[in-house]
Order: sequence, then structure tokens, then C-alpha cells
Amino acid sequence: MNTPVRGRRSPLSSVALHLTLIVASVIAVFPVLWVLLTSLKPAKYASTTDFFKETTFENYTNLLRDTPFLTWFGNSLLVAALTTVVGVFISATTGYAVSRFRFPGKRGIMWTLLVTQMFPVAVLIVPIYNIMSSMGLLNEPAGLVITYLTIAVPFCAWMMKGFFDGIPREIDESGYVDGLTPFGTFWRLILPLAKPGIAVTAFYSFITAWGEVAYASAFMVGDENLTLAGGLQKFVNQYGAQWGPMTAASVLIAIPAALVFLFAQRHLVTGMSAGAVKG
Amino acid sequence: MAVDTPSQSVAKAAGDHVARGRSRGTGPKRRAPKRSLATHWYAWAMVAPVVIVIAVIIGYPLGRGIYLSLTDANERNVARSIGVNEIPATYEFVGLDNYADAITGSQFLATLGWTVVWTVSCVAITFALGLTLANILNRKIAGRSFYRMMLILPWAVPGFVSVFAWRFLYDERRGMLNQILSGVGLDAVPWLNDPLIAKVSVIAVNVWLGVPFMMVALLGGLQSIPGELYEAAEMDGANAWQRFRHITMPGLRSVSTTVVLLSTIWTFNMFPVIFLLTRGGPGEATQILVTQAYKFSFEISPRDFAQSSTWGVLILVILMIFAAFYRRVLRKQGEVW
Repeated sequence: MNTPVRGRRSPLSSVALHLTLIVASVIAVFPVLWVLLTSLKPAKYASTTDFFKETTFENYTNLLRDTPFLTWFGNSLLVAALTTVVGVFISATTGYAVSRFRFPGKRGIMWTLLVTQMFPVAVLIVPIYNIMSSMGLLNEPAGLVITYLTIAVPFCAWMMKGFFDGIPREIDESGYVDGLTPFGTFWRLILPLAKPGIAVTAFYSFITAWGEVAYASAFMVGDENLTLAGGLQKFVNQYGAQWGPMTAASVLIAIPAALVFLFAQRHLVTGMSAGAVKG
Repeated sequence: MAVDTPSQSVAKAAGDHVARGRSRGTGPKRRAPKRSLATHWYAWAMVAPVVIVIAVIIGYPLGRGIYLSLTDANERNVARSIGVNEIPATYEFVGLDNYADAITGSQFLATLGWTVVWTVSCVAITFALGLTLANILNRKIAGRSFYRMMLILPWAVPGFVSVFAWRFLYDERRGMLNQILSGVGLDAVPWLNDPLIAKVSVIAVNVWLGVPFMMVALLGGLQSIPGELYEAAEMDGANAWQRFRHITMPGLRSVSTTVVLLSTIWTFNMFPVIFLLTRGGPGEATQILVTQAYKFSFEISPRDFAQSSTWGVLILVILMIFAAFYRRVLRKQGEVW
């Protein structure tokens, strides 16, 4: 199964490997590709199996003209951007403290970060819903941002710790020698070195907020307040589905996200595996 | 503090006072920046924001959620305002009744059973496929980066978009899959409308979503295994299987344990796939614990906050027991956590 990178392969096993990869790639790409192709067909042909049929952009023009898609897009963007900025700042300081210092309560914090990963939406959603409603934050982006921090911060702090662990301690020590405070060291020496880590953390927070469904469905009602995850559900309901605008909207949501993702993903995994195990 | 209690109890449950192979920095002998009160002060100042975030928007709601699960709160008896009238809460404390009802009731156990099946099958299939693909991609093969790009795509597209794409493919009357079947003269398959087939369908979608992450994480692990090990093994005449068994598997252990733990937790609570694909249907066939608890609060009338919170707390307890158990197994194998 796993031969090392060296050594020759028989042509037969080469063919087998390529076949496996091709089949896997087709399965991976097809659903996404199919949505893209469908979005370029007139809506009345949405269920035909032709790859191309009277290629047109009418689904897109209809989507932007007749539905609140741009409003939803704006809502999602606002919520995701705020979550990212606040989340990254909070996770970076924590990740650094947990990576560099030993202090009473450190293990408790490490464990809390891991345990919060297990919190089901179900246990928090009702109380948070009640709190938001008493504070008048339902249907407000701020309510969602606060909620999303509960999801993004624990995981991001964990990842940041992994990145900081990879930066040699000698750098901190040189900072102390030069008379910097621990916070000064963090701010001036370490953060600039951890830029890739910050990029990854930012990306993760953004994607979390961009694609969250449960809270967004429960907290936001009314066409003008929906995020994309809520808005897209409007096109598919029990009365049937409007595949035309749905596919066009999917493409517009997916393309920017996928492009950013493909740039960020290499670091994402490094960070995850680095921050994951060794405490 | 409310924050520390869950973690403390988990740590204790997991047998915290067992001697360890390697100290994780709790022992006195490791180089560190100045170890004085000043350093502690800085450390605490730096973690303060997280502690506050966790305390205020996780700890407090968690406490409240647990409290609600001990009452009979629902939409009709919680404090609410109708116009200008403030109606005070009239729900009562009922102790552990909700838990007794859940654990002895058939609905909870049936849902739990399916949730376990769903989690185990998703994680196992995803891990097997991810490992296979990672191993192939770790070899010299033409077009490797191209394949990698293609295979990562399901991870790159926002989850809810992918789920809608699958709904489009699964659509019984007009979906692509049934169009193909009818093209070759077969009957349409009720992908999301037959209890058993729907279960297979949702697992398929979740595996499709999960493989890229698994593959990339394991590929990272494979690339960190030194090539010399394989060369030495080859010199000693180890065959491909032996090399996989004695070098690859141990080398991947730390990555695998982490990704399996994370994916298990994520899959157990995988709300969007079920919610957007089937809404738990047909009937309640694909409802997992999380989606069912959500339904109690937001989709039935009157909204049953108490039962929803009860299920939520039970989910949390189940996962904590799992994590503690998992940690103990790891420690037996000499992994230090």
C-alpha cells in the first residue's frame, strides 16, 4: 500500500494509483461543478442533465435584481469581519500566554479550550437566545458576533499556541535582555513572526462565522436581517425549490471563499497539527 | 469560578494524578522566562480576555442551560412581554424529572443510537479514505498538486453551500442522480425520503465534506516522517506492508489521535448537514441529538426549552465521558496529553 517515495513502480500500479485519484477527484469536484454549470443554464432547464444549454447569466441578474441577496451578503460580511478582528486578538494573547508562561490555572485553561469544542449548540442556544432577547440583540449582527466568538476563540487560541510553540524561546529571551516587558516582547517580536499563524486564525474565524447555520437560523428572522446561510434556505423549502437563483447564489458565495481557502489551507494544517497535541 | 469547573472535573475524572512519562511543564525543572509573580501577572492579563469571553458567553449560558433543564420551562411559562405587559415567569423547579424522562423514554435512546451509528460510520469511513488518499499523494506521482487541489475542493466551499448542492443532486424528481438512473432505465431512488436510504445519504454527504480535512492532516503527518526510516527499513528487507505497519502507523499516531478526537466531537454535533439536508426527516429518521434538541426549542409549539436544555446537557456529558475515556486509552499507550 505505502511504498516510500523512492523505488520504481510497475506501470500497472501507476495506472491503478492514477485511476483511484481520478475517481476521487471527480467525486470531490462534481457536485460543486454541477452547481456552477446549472447556474449558467436558464432556470427552466435546471433539471436537465446537459452540461451546457443556452448558456446565460440570467440567474445571476435575477438573483441580484429580485432577491435581497446583496443584503444577506452584506450581513454575512459584517458579522464575519467583526468576529475575525475580535477573535484573532483575543486568541493571540491567550495562545501566547499558554505557550510561554507557566502559571496557576494554565492546565485548566487548556482543558477548558478543548472542552468548549464539545459544547453542543443545543445546550447553549436556548440560554443565549434568552439572553440576547432580553438585551435586545436578536436580529442584530452584534448578537451573532458575540455568539460566534464562543465557537471561534477556543479553537483559534489552540491553533495560535501551536504557532507560538514553533517560534524559538531565545527570541523572547533576547527581548527580556533588551528590557522589554513580556507584553512588549509579544507585541513587537513574536506577533510579527507569527503572521502566518494569524492569517490562518483569521481565516478560520471568518469561515466559521461565514458558514454557521444553527444560530443564524434561530436568531435572525425577516428578509433584511438574514445571513447567507439563512437566506439560501429561502430558495429551498417544502413548496419546492428555486434551483436557478439557488445555484447562482451558491456560486457567488463559494468562489471567493474557495479562492481564499486554497491560499490559506497549507498553513491551516500546519497550525492544527502543531497546536493539537503536545501541551 | 464557573469556568474552571468543567475542565477540573474532566481532568479529575481522567485520573489526573497518575504519574506521567514526561512532565508537561508542571514540574519545577524547565527553562522559562522569569518565574516571578510579575510573570504570572502578565500571563493572567493575557488570558483574561479569553477567560472573560468563556465565562460570560459560555459559562453563564451553560449554567443557565443546566438550570433550565431542571425546570419545566417552555414558551408559555417563561417571562415575556406582550405589548406593554410584562408577564413574569411561572415555570417551576422539577429536579431531575426531565433527565429521568429522557433516559427512560424511547425517543432519546433511539436518537442516541442513530447518533452513535452516524458518528462512528462517518469518522471511520472518512479516516479510511483520508488515509488512503494521503498515502497515494505522499508518493511521487505525476500531477500531484493538481490532484491535491481537486481533492481539497469540498473543504474549500462553505459547508452550507455544499449541502444545498447535494440536495440539488438528491432531489427525487429532478435531481441529477435520479436523472442518470432513469437514463439507464432504473427506477428513481428516494434519496432523502426513505428512512434507511436517507441515513446512507446523509452519511455520504458528511464523508464527502470530511475527507479533505482528514487527508490534508494525515498528509502533513506523513511528510513529517523522516525518509531515512523507510530507507533503513528497506535495507533490512522490510516489505511495503511492514513499512506501513511499523513506520507509517506509529509516525502518524499523534496526528491521528488528534484528528479522530476532533472529528468525533464535530460529527457528533454536526448540525448543518442534517438540518439543511433532511430537517431530521423523513419522520425523525435522520434526527441526531443536536438537531432534535434544536427542534424542541425552535420548531415545535409550544417551544420546549426545558427538554431542549436537558438533551443539550446530556450531549455534553456523553462527550465529556468519551473524551476522558479517550485520554485514558491514549495514556495507556504512552501518549502524553
